[in-house]
Amino acid sequence: MSIRERLSGNEAAATAMKQINPDVVAAFPITPSTEIPQYFSTFVSNGSVDTEFVAVESEHSAMSACIGAEAAGARAMTATSANGLSLMWEMIYIASSLRLPIVMSLVNRAVSGPLNIHNDYSDAMGVRDSGWIMLFSENNQEAYDNLIMAHRIAEHKDVLLPLMICQDGFITSHSIENIELIEDEKVKEFVGSYHPQHYLLNDKEPMAVGPMDLQAFLFEHKYEQAEAMRNAKKVILEVAEEFEKMTGRKYGLFEEYKLDDAEIAVVCMNSTAGTTKDVVDALREKGIKAGMLKVRVFRPFPAEEIAKALSHVKAVAVLDKSDSLNGAGGALFEDVVSGMYVNGNNVKALSYVYGIGGRDTTTKDISSVYTDLEEVVKTGNVGNPYRYLGLRKE
Amino acid sequence: MAYNLKEVIAEKPSRFTAGHRMCAGCGAPPVARMVLRALKPEDHAVIANATGCMEVSSFIYPYTAWTDSYIHTAFECAGATCSGVEAAYKSLKKQGKLPADKNTKFIAFGGDGGTYDIGLQSLSGAMERGHDMVYVCYDNGAYMNTGIQRSSATPRFADTTTSPAGSVIPGKMQSRKDLTEIMVSHHIPYVAQSIAVNNFKDLYEKSEKAIYTEGPAFLNVLAPCPRGWGYPTDMLMEMNKLAVETCYWPLYEVVNGKYRITYKPAKKLPIEEFLKPQKRFKHMFKPGNEWMIEEFQKEVDKRWQALLDLEAMSN
Repeated sequence: MSIRERLSGNEAAATAMKQINPDVVAAFPITPSTEIPQYFSTFVSNGSVDTEFVAVESEHSAMSACIGAEAAGARAMTATSANGLSLMWEMIYIASSLRLPIVMSLVNRAVSGPLNIHNDYSDAMGVRDSGWIMLFSENNQEAYDNLIMAHRIAEHKDVLLPLMICQDGFITSHSIENIELIEDEKVKEFVGSYHPQHYLLNDKEPMAVGPMDLQAFLFEHKYEQAEAMRNAKKVILEVAEEFEKMTGRKYGLFEEYKLDDAEIAVVCMNSTAGTTKDVVDALREKGIKAGMLKVRVFRPFPAEEIAKALSHVKAVAVLDKSDSLNGAGGALFEDVVSGMYVNGNNVKALSYVYGIGGRDTTTKDISSVYTDLEEVVKTGNVGNPYRYLGLRKE
Repeated sequence: MAYNLKEVIAEKPSRFTAGHRMCAGCGAPPVARMVLRALKPEDHAVIANATGCMEVSSFIYPYTAWTDSYIHTAFECAGATCSGVEAAYKSLKKQGKLPADKNTKFIAFGGDGGTYDIGLQSLSGAMERGHDMVYVCYDNGAYMNTGIQRSSATPRFADTTTSPAGSVIPGKMQSRKDLTEIMVSHHIPYVAQSIAVNNFKDLYEKSEKAIYTEGPAFLNVLAPCPRGWGYPTDMLMEMNKLAVETCYWPLYEVVNGKYRITYKPAKKLPIEEFLKPQKRFKHMFKPGNEWMIEEFQKEVDKRWQALLDLEAMSN
């Protein structure tokens, strides 16, 4: 029997970590993810995990220590947000290039500047090309479930890549909601123990990690990373299938909500999906064929699958909670649109930048997006495709 | 145990092998070799290396000069990387996931750029957290790998590519940071300053203590650089000797707060002896620049006296 609880997103993440019982956790406090290492160090202090907790002096050191620990042959985890991830940035790339399946909770928050502690995806989008698998979570349940699945994906022999689980700062991390937890024993069995093929602490096979890698080989090593990322898609689905058998909860590369027969659709991520579902329901009651696609797996990006899922709609709006500041739409928009183009899908598309720095996004805002989409369908005219949602007018 | 270089070499083959691509006359490889020789032959080691000359010349894919396990991640984080490896060891050992009868030791190497400057925070954190590891700084007094730029370990007046001796500014205008003292202030069990002299006895013995003292230990080892300092490559050992005999680089250790100067020159040589063979100090010997040598000497004297005082006070 699963356990019914009420937890915040951060508590859910810390609970998953406790059940995973990693060998090493190295983390540094930063709002809004601070609570994760905070809760976790209580587990360490009370002896309910076997973990060595390394209370580092910076996020750069957090990721460096995770890299050292994982290369040594341990399971290493961390949590961070915003500027913390920015400070890790150099090590983020090194972690993936060394093919170390480190798992991180990223509690999404706006990257400075100016300083802002609230939710948007400028942190995650800054590392979207770093070679980390990136899963997004609508609520505390998904943040928890994704973490339980994380190691199985990251440590798979065809993958061996680090993985981050994203959830919305404050909106998810600090809101207490109902959650179904899995029994400790079941998690232990599902996650399994970690047996790396090569590791620093194996005295029978000393190994060297992190070479100077010049023109002769770096290209091939990067290609292998790209291959691993491509392989991850299949593994993510296999693990999700097994997870469904255990819990009855189904996960795919993305979630389709009333998309089958939809004429207009919104693509979004994380907690915005909850708001959007409400709007879709209301529009459906009015007879408007609205649908939604929530991206769960952002890296590897399921371009072909998304293009297919959207092929029948007449217009789509992609919501980006970060501005790429490039004059050509947000990061998710670019990925969705290029995926559609390559797969011969010519659906009219709008880019919306929204929710920056924690700006509240209401059902009214999302409704206005669907109204815009109806207008595009009616007139056949996209107008300015690069739009903003919830920006002050004055 | 009486130290005998021949015996040490015969009993303990080098764990940092030939074939690396460091320059002739570089002071760093003998440091790496001798520090690793202090390991018990039966012990495994994991070496963490900061980006720098030593790293880019010893592990060019697919070749490595290291016979122990080795990890390089980036410039500023050998301390943190090593602390992660050590934490993994502690955790896995505690859980019975590693053989109980086998010991692994943890040694980080970084140049002065990766240690005094960009890696100072990472080092400080690792030492403060009490990881059972040794951090060895091979101090060549500038960013040599990128082409001789000044660091906070660069001595005053030295001519480097970012503190060039010009017609208005005569080289680096600031004095060298005293990193060894900063590490002493971390109140860790073992801190020492050494150099490869007298058959490596000082370095060997301090390395052994550093490696086999439980908890964090720090070794600061001067490692001359023929390109950056401008001395003939066959003068490496002579440079080491002059650094010690002039008291530019005093040899001492601090064990649980107690200072012990491990070598006191019978007759302290004037600093010119150390400065003269080095091209980076050439401008100091031009007529009219005598004040620079005087000031340099004053600084060396002041620091040497302070060390003598610390030794007297702490014992």
